[in-house]
Amino acid sequence: MKTDNNRAWFLILPVLLCVAFSAILPLMTVVNYSVQDILSPTQKVFVGTEWFRMVMLDGDLHSALLRQLLFSGSVLAIQIPLGILIALCMPADGWKASLALVLIALPLLIPWNVVGTIWQIFGRGDIGLMGYTLNSLGINYNYNGNSLDAWLTVMVMDIWHWTPLVALLCYAGLRAIPDAYYQAARIDGASRLAVFRYIQLPKLRNVLMIAVLLRFMDSFMIYTEPFVLTGGGPGNATTFLSQYLTQKAVGQFDLGPASAFSLIYFLIILLFCFVLYTWMQRVGTGDQK
Amino acid sequence: MARIELVELAHAYKPNPSAPTDYALRPMSMSWQDGGAYALLGPSGCGKTTLLNIISGLVKPSHGKVLFDGKDVTQLPTEARNIAQVFQFPVIYDTMTVHDNLAFPLRNRGWKEAEVKKRVQQVAQMLELSGDLKMRASGLSVDAKQKISLGRGLVRPDVAAVLFDEPLTVIDPHLKWLLRRKLKEIHHELKLSLIYVTHDQVEALTFADQVVVMTQGEVVQTGSAQALFEAPEHTFVGYFIGNPGMNLLECTVEDGQARVAGQLLALSEPARAALAGAQGKITLGVRPEFVECVSADQAGADTLAATVLAVRNMGTHYLAEFQLGGVTVAAKLRAIDAAAGDSVRLRFPPERTLYYLNDKRVA
Repeated sequence: MKTDNNRAWFLILPVLLCVAFSAILPLMTVVNYSVQDILSPTQKVFVGTEWFRMVMLDGDLHSALLRQLLFSGSVLAIQIPLGILIALCMPADGWKASLALVLIALPLLIPWNVVGTIWQIFGRGDIGLMGYTLNSLGINYNYNGNSLDAWLTVMVMDIWHWTPLVALLCYAGLRAIPDAYYQAARIDGASRLAVFRYIQLPKLRNVLMIAVLLRFMDSFMIYTEPFVLTGGGPGNATTFLSQYLTQKAVGQFDLGPASAFSLIYFLIILLFCFVLYTWMQRVGTGDQK
Repeated sequence: MARIELVELAHAYKPNPSAPTDYALRPMSMSWQDGGAYALLGPSGCGKTTLLNIISGLVKPSHGKVLFDGKDVTQLPTEARNIAQVFQFPVIYDTMTVHDNLAFPLRNRGWKEAEVKKRVQQVAQMLELSGDLKMRASGLSVDAKQKISLGRGLVRPDVAAVLFDEPLTVIDPHLKWLLRRKLKEIHHELKLSLIYVTHDQVEALTFADQVVVMTQGEVVQTGSAQALFEAPEHTFVGYFIGNPGMNLLECTVEDGQARVAGQLLALSEPARAALAGAQGKITLGVRPEFVECVSADQAGADTLAATVLAVRNMGTHYLAEFQLGGVTVAAKLRAIDAAAGDSVRLRFPPERTLYYLNDKRVA
């Protein structure tokens, strides 16, 4: 069918303008940097795909990317089930529900760099509650010296900071399930596990999708907390992608490679989100026989 | 299957009820026969769903006992009561196929897979779901989903009773009629005890052998469709059943006659005896089907003067409204030769005219 009137397109012009200034123009600046070698404000050379090739072959970047994938994968694997579990255990109504909500939401209210500082002090062997306790229990814990300790600390910190988000989303999803489902399950003689498997989990699908996407994007871009806590160390043990990028762009002022890398980074996140989204949609509705 | 007895059952959602209005369900005792088809009929909020949930164990009554075949099950949880219930809106397990949905109650109770399959096919056949068994339940229409819910209610052959909580609300009218008939067939076939909650009198009267009429948490009458129509025990039953409902006129008794809207009406012998010295609100009730319209000059002791307000031709009959003093009286008439504004006399046949003292029938 032929469209008779195209004037409706004018109505989206304001949105287009907003998006242009907030996203497209800054992105184009990055594109601009990524294909030039800027020697001085007046002297620049077009280099084509050279920065991209260089960045792609960068061994440090490969290990940062792997580290990043491992990190995002492990925090997702812990935060999502843990969040569901917490949401299931939270009281449904009354003052207890309000109290639980406030307590659970507390970590979300703390600014990123403060979270980093809290854990930096918390984990110190001399004055930190956790570090001191662990050391007095005979466990040799030192997040500044031992890469495994550093890794675990960053992970526990992220889990502490962001599991509440997953829990709150799941809690909202659980409250939205009509009572009739639970009543029907009781009539049908369903076990607690069956109620979870066949009622709660399917009904949580949409909020879980949002939770997974949010947590994936956020954890894949993690910067402030490990920067404050470990500074990326010891060695490069907790240097994740965004920190590596910042070192390149701001530390060494290699704007060309940094821009090329930014674009790749952007595409990776876009790709992962797309794949995750399609996959979770498929899990919910696709396998019709 | 079992006989269900309610012994001095009452329920209040708040603690320490004192006034009758504190009860969601006022004290009642009742016995429901094994294999019967019962309907709980009443307006929204009258407590019928509460009663149903007490029988199924979803709600624990604050007073009294529930007996299945003489065994006290009041404290037993739903799972242990062996009862099936179908809800107002379809409840299906989204991730399962239609077959798995129907099989769920059986599998949870440890049935063997071969028997599950046989039984599910049987139930699917009855509800005309056989073609959809392999489909995923979430993709089906609301009608089909509610059929699955009904199927899950009917799939267990050994339940004490199947409870229906307005199960056809979401079904479109044509299918509603078919499903209602289907349920009745299934009832004859499987000999299950069925309890059916509804606020639709047609649904209740066509489905059930015995209809329990409730209002404001109180059971006001239990009886067959005929009994509810011909001899309502409570003014509410008269008013709620029938279309239009019973004409209810307040009256007083003077010298063995009733004074209705300023006019005197002869009382039948039993009515005179029952109302002698009665204290309280007396109401005269007569169904529109029994009211007769005679010409103004045919005065009789059982007639009252009235004015025609409106006459509508309903195809099969005339529905007429009359002004009688300050009240309106409806009548279903085969023929009428008066028009709006005419003066006529209305005859209330004594054998069809009932009298209520404080809303309870006395004659």
